[in-house]
This record gives sequence, C-alpha cells and structure tokens, in this order.
Amino acid sequence: MAETYHRPNRPLTVYAVAFTLFLYIPILLIPLFSFNSGLYPHFPLEGFTFNWYAELWGRRPVFDALKNSLQVGVVVALVSTVIAVPAAKAISRYRLPGKGPITGFMMLPLVVPGLVFGVALLVVISRLGIQLSLFTVGVGHVIISLPFAISILLPRFEGFNRSLEEASADLGENAWWTFWRVTFPAILPGVIASLLLTFTVSFDEFIMAFFLSGTDPTLPMYIWTQLRFPQNFPSLLALSSLILVLSFALVFLSLWLSRIGQVAPTTLGAR
Amino acid sequence: MISIRNVTKSFGRVQAIRDVSLEIAPGEFFSLLGASGSGKTTLLRMLAGFESVTSGSIVIDGQQMEDVPPHHRPINMVFQNYAIFPHLNVHDNIAYGLRRFGLSKARQHAMVGEMLDLIALPGYGDRRANQLSGGQMQRVALARALILKPKVLLLDEPLGALDKQLREQMQLELRQLQQRLGITFVLVTHDQEEALTLSDRVAVMSTGEVVQVDTPSGLYDRPLNRTIASFIGNMNFFEATVHRNGVQEAQARGLGRVPLDGHPGGRPHGSAVLLAIRPEKMSLHPASPSPSGRGVSGVVTAQQYLGGRQMLHVTVTGRDAPVAVAVQDTSEETAAAFRPGQPVWLSWKRDAILVLDAE
Repeated sequence: MAETYHRPNRPLTVYAVAFTLFLYIPILLIPLFSFNSGLYPHFPLEGFTFNWYAELWGRRPVFDALKNSLQVGVVVALVSTVIAVPAAKAISRYRLPGKGPITGFMMLPLVVPGLVFGVALLVVISRLGIQLSLFTVGVGHVIISLPFAISILLPRFEGFNRSLEEASADLGENAWWTFWRVTFPAILPGVIASLLLTFTVSFDEFIMAFFLSGTDPTLPMYIWTQLRFPQNFPSLLALSSLILVLSFALVFLSLWLSRIGQVAPTTLGAR
Repeated sequence: MISIRNVTKSFGRVQAIRDVSLEIAPGEFFSLLGASGSGKTTLLRMLAGFESVTSGSIVIDGQQMEDVPPHHRPINMVFQNYAIFPHLNVHDNIAYGLRRFGLSKARQHAMVGEMLDLIALPGYGDRRANQLSGGQMQRVALARALILKPKVLLLDEPLGALDKQLREQMQLELRQLQQRLGITFVLVTHDQEEALTLSDRVAVMSTGEVVQVDTPSGLYDRPLNRTIASFIGNMNFFEATVHRNGVQEAQARGLGRVPLDGHPGGRPHGSAVLLAIRPEKMSLHPASPSPSGRGVSGVVTAQQYLGGRQMLHVTVTGRDAPVAVAVQDTSEETAAAFRPGQPVWLSWKRDAILVLDAE
C-alpha cells in the first residue's frame, strides 16, 4: 500500500512545478532585474551590477522610510499579538454563545478588500479629528493583522491540555500566575510565530498606509511615490528584492515555529 | 474532615449528581467507586473546586467551600493523566506549588529532595518530564501534591494508565504512604478490586447517586444489591418469593422454604426477592446433616482444585445453574467424598442468607 503512494506521480509533479512557476516567476524577475545594469527592466539583460544596491545605500529617505516601517511593524506585531492571545483563548476554551459568528467576524478582515477598510477607517479617523500619522497607519495594520495572529495562536490553545491549568490552580496558583507559569510557556512558539507574521503583514502593507499615512511614509509608500521617476526604478527593484527576502525569511520562520514544539506538549499531556 | 450535604449537580437538564450526602473522617482512605457516568469524577471535581455545586453544600475541615476557588482549597489532586508540566523538569514540577510561600532556593531544594526520597525517585530532579515512565509520572504527580501538605488528597483514577503489575505495586505503595502520612485520601476508581483493597470505606455510586457506603468487608458481607454482591468473590443468587403466614419466609428456587426472620425490612406477601449466599458460607455433607432438615440435596457436577480450598459445583433441583460451594478441606479423603456424580447435602447457617431486592 505504502509503495503505491510513494511512487512518483509524473503529471502531478509537472502540475506542481507549473503552479509554483506561475506564482513566483513574476516575483523572481524583480531580484533578477535588480542586478541588471540597464535602466529599463527588459530582456536581454545588459550586465551584472551591484550599483543599484549601492545607490540605495546612499539615499537617506529610504532609511527614514525603513525606520518608519520598522517602528510601525514592531508596535503592530506586539499590539495585535497581545490582543489576539486572550481572543484565541476565549474562542478555544469557553462555551461562548454565538462562538461561530464571533470567530467568523474576527477572521473577516482577511477577505474584506483593503480599499474598503482603508476608506472606512479614513472616514472614521477624520471624523474624530485625528491627524493622519504613523499611529493611524498602525491602527489600520492592527486590524488586518489580527486574523493572522488569531489563526496562528488558535491551534496552540486547542492542542493544549486543559488539565495542566487545572493542576496549576489545584497547586495554589491563581489565574494570573497560571497563565504565566503554564499557559504562556506552552503557547510561546505560537506567540513568537504570531509576532513574526504580523510584523511581516504590517511591513509589506500598502493600501492601509496609502489611505492612513501622514507625512512620514512607510517603505511600500516610499516605493509608490518614487515609481514616477524612471531613473530611480532599478534601485526600487533592489529595495523590493530586499523586502522580499526579509518577508520570506520571516514567514518561513513563523510557519516553522508554529509547527515546532506543538507536538511535544500535546502528546505529553495526553499520555 | 469532608462533609458533603445533599449535594446535587446539574449540567443543563442532566443531573450528574443527585442528593449525595457523605461524611469522610480525617485520615480516612475513602473511595468513590462506580462505572463511567456514575458521577464519581464530577463529585471529585466538586471537592477540588473545578465544578460548582448546584445545590447542597460541601464543608472541608470546618469551612464552607461554595465561594472558595480551587487555588484556595486545602486540597490537592492527582490528575487522571498526571498533568505533569511538560516544560519543567521533575524538580520544578514538584516545587511548583511552593512559589507562594517565598521560601529560599535551598529550602525548596531540600523539600523537593525529601519528596523524591518519599516517592523512591532520589536523584531524578533534573529529569525532563518526557523522560519519565507512566509509573514515575504518577509518583511525581503525587509528590507535587504532597509537598504542599494538604489536608485532603484527591486521586482521579491514578492507576488507570498503568499496566497490571505496576498497578498492584503502586496500590500497595499508595496505601502505605497514606497510612504513614495520615492524610485523608479520596480516590475515584471504576476498579472494584482497587477500591476494596485500598480503602477504609467505599461509596458505591451509580447514575449520580450513592448506592451504598461501607467498609470493604461490609460490602462483601452485606451488599445491598446484586451488582455490589458480584464485585468480589463469588455469590450464589436464588430467585425467591416472600410468603407471610405467621412467620416470614421465602420460597426459593433450588433452596425450598427459607425462613426470613431476623432479616430487616418486612416485605409484602408475594413480592419477588433475591436470596444470596457466599460459597464459603455453605457446607457440604455426604449425608443429611440435621434432623430439622435445613438443607437441600443435590449432585456434585464439577470439582475445582484452587490450592488452599476447593470449589464444588452442585446441581440442585429447581435451579438451572449449579450452586458453588467452597470447601476449605482439600485432603484426598474429602476430595474423594465429593467426586462428580456423588449425591450430597447442602446446608447453611441462617444468617448466611442475604435478602436483596429482585431486579
């Protein structure tokens, strides 16, 4: 039986390769052209160069934008993860009335068009008379990051043996200490995964930033404003390549963390 | 030590516990015995504070428990799957409950060391939780609870996950530990033998109610129904009908007329009852034993040699299954006298007969 399933399946392999190429060829063209010495991104390639990366290094606004993005990203990651932990716990633990719809609504930002959210938030924020700034960008980013944080944390809580928390209570610890001494260590890989993923979501986000940023641009906003200058284009490709590499690394790390260690506490508790 | 008064627990419309009252004495090893769904675990979880009481009250050590959360109760528990903290080593698992007391590291270390000696796992402090066998986890769970010197220790099927040999060894250790420490133990189990070998007293539970509370020998000698009578050892059951004509007696299939005077609880004429008698409470004779003739004749159908005694199966008229009779005498003469096919007489003392409700 097992052999049948392990035999290579030619058509399926071809399909998988085609699928992956379709997804990634456009994206992979970006790093490719970022090393091309020509000003315009077209074939044939002219020559290999690090010039565009070097040029990036000398541009002060890039570093300002990077600083802004990092600032927003770190705060968004912390805030959305801190909000998501009790939410995920509530969804997985308690018999909430209307649990299904509540979970559905929490996940909704994943599918609501960013444009709609952006406009809606812009209306609310201008009504409240709040100045557009990195803070308002952060608010928008927290909203779209939350579903990611919850979906990473939820399996952690669901795979967690409840009697461990009861044992802690039985041994004299109240809810606060039980959380820090038992629950938190068990969900820690999920928390780190959530921090990484929500940071990446914020770091890469454009539409919310487009509507909600004031005078300080985030990195994607900076790229957007520079697109109309053709002579800057190759260095934008270089910048985009760097963002790609960082994002991929963070997401892979996050997915790996959210899986690792998850097996250990669950099986142990069930033994 | 523990006083459970008219406690009822409902989950929605389902009554998990119905009007249970129990008194558990200090230092007692008390068991709650029942099948799954009998409410024994729910009752234990109510003592620990993990389930609320719908009505009635629980008093532990003179203190009302209604508003006391689990972490303030003078009680500790050994969980069914031990609930050893997987991210802590053995030492930190055992020391877990000590944080609140602000003891020095050295003092904690010494206390954990004492506990490791108590559970016969000296030097295991640095082991990780996932390096422990089932029996070792069970001991660590015990130590983690006992280090807090609780007044009552609750044990939820603590030996259920262990294999038979280890279970018997742990039973013995548990009993010795309890007697040494003098702490009140409340054990939940579905294993009749476990309950009877470990406990001072056993509460037999069924469908949320306590059916009988007694010592193990009380349950053996005076079971209140057929199920309890079948827990340990053998029991012969006889269907019978009550006759009242001046004296109360029963007409039993296979035993004839059996006088019921001296048995408590009068029953109406014509009601169906079950008479029960232990194999070792009957005697076997080659000839009619007494002139008064309280005995029935039968024929030996099978003979089982059981080492210190032998079990004889005797067919009597009016009863399909043979009656089991234990004979302490295993000498060859006795064995020869009761070969299969031999006609024999069965007799019993009057108080050996138990009268149970027919089911």
